[in-house]
Amino acid sequence: MSGILDGKRILVTGVLMESSIAFHTAKLAQEQGAEIILTAFPRPTLTERIARKLPRPTKVIELDVTNAEHLAGLEGVVRDELGGLDGVVHSIGFAPQDALGGNFLNTPFESVATAMHVSAYSLKSLTMACLPLMSDGGGSVVGLTFDAQYAWPQYDWMGPAKAALEATSRYLARDLGKQNIRCNLISAGPIGSMAAKSIPGFSELADVWNHRSPLEWNMSDPEPAGRGVVALLSDWFPMTTGEIVHVDGGLHAIGA
Amino acid sequence: MATQEEIVKGLADIVNEIAGIPTEDVKLDKSFTDDLDVDSLSMVEVVVAAEEQFGVKIPDDDVKNLKTVGDAADYILKAQQV
Repeated sequence: MSGILDGKRILVTGVLMESSIAFHTAKLAQEQGAEIILTAFPRPTLTERIARKLPRPTKVIELDVTNAEHLAGLEGVVRDELGGLDGVVHSIGFAPQDALGGNFLNTPFESVATAMHVSAYSLKSLTMACLPLMSDGGGSVVGLTFDAQYAWPQYDWMGPAKAALEATSRYLARDLGKQNIRCNLISAGPIGSMAAKSIPGFSELADVWNHRSPLEWNMSDPEPAGRGVVALLSDWFPMTTGEIVHVDGGLHAIGA
Repeated sequence: MATQEEIVKGLADIVNEIAGIPTEDVKLDKSFTDDLDVDSLSMVEVVVAAEEQFGVKIPDDDVKNLKTVGDAADYILKAQQV
């Protein structure tokens, strides 16, 4: 069977539940011929259980992207397992509860800093930790954003964190282009995964999709976003970098 | 098929392994979050582990209705019979 990721070695972060976009990315990547390795945080045992639902067994490494030791140890473990990498999927985001759900004006900087560190700076940290593994021929880094051009209900400081993620992706694209490393994002519509469960009032945020999305949006189907990630990992976007591809049913294009 | 008693015992072992709660504290009337202090991610793992152990499927939409150990045991008992 031939797939668009035949022979590619992909590291996938953020597989937490079957409803995770990262889970569907990992599943589709395997179906498309990739060898994958998963990183997990904060519950590696949970990720291991979910990984058993993938088509093929895969190694799970604990990786807290804010932990310098974890990041430093990543290259060795991945090299032993896969020899190198052709792609990296960043599906990581976190904000403390006081940074979400209508508390924007009162959130202390410590909580904002945590959101930025885990959700935006980590794209740089993870990419740099994986850089030596992509030294022959380059690679594709793909992250996940939630459209940061707009202020959303309840999303609060995750909004500025996603804006920082989007900018970080452009700067990585700038600085890593010479090494043939592409860096792109999928801007997904709302999905009922762990990310959603963690945001109080998420249904209010998601409701606009019921009224304005040109394509009928299904919050319980993470596969379209996973397909977008896999497409960007493949050789079918060879000259695309610093880009944000919307997999949001077209909502971003509609004013009212 | 497991009996209610076996399910509660199985759940106690799972909650112990995942959240470190002593098995003797896991009783029918205990709430996972309020009494046993199982956080939301641990709860996700408890559900996945219970699905594996008892061979049932517990959809996300139903998980929020499983407040107590008894709720979960009853759900699994019924789900086994389908």
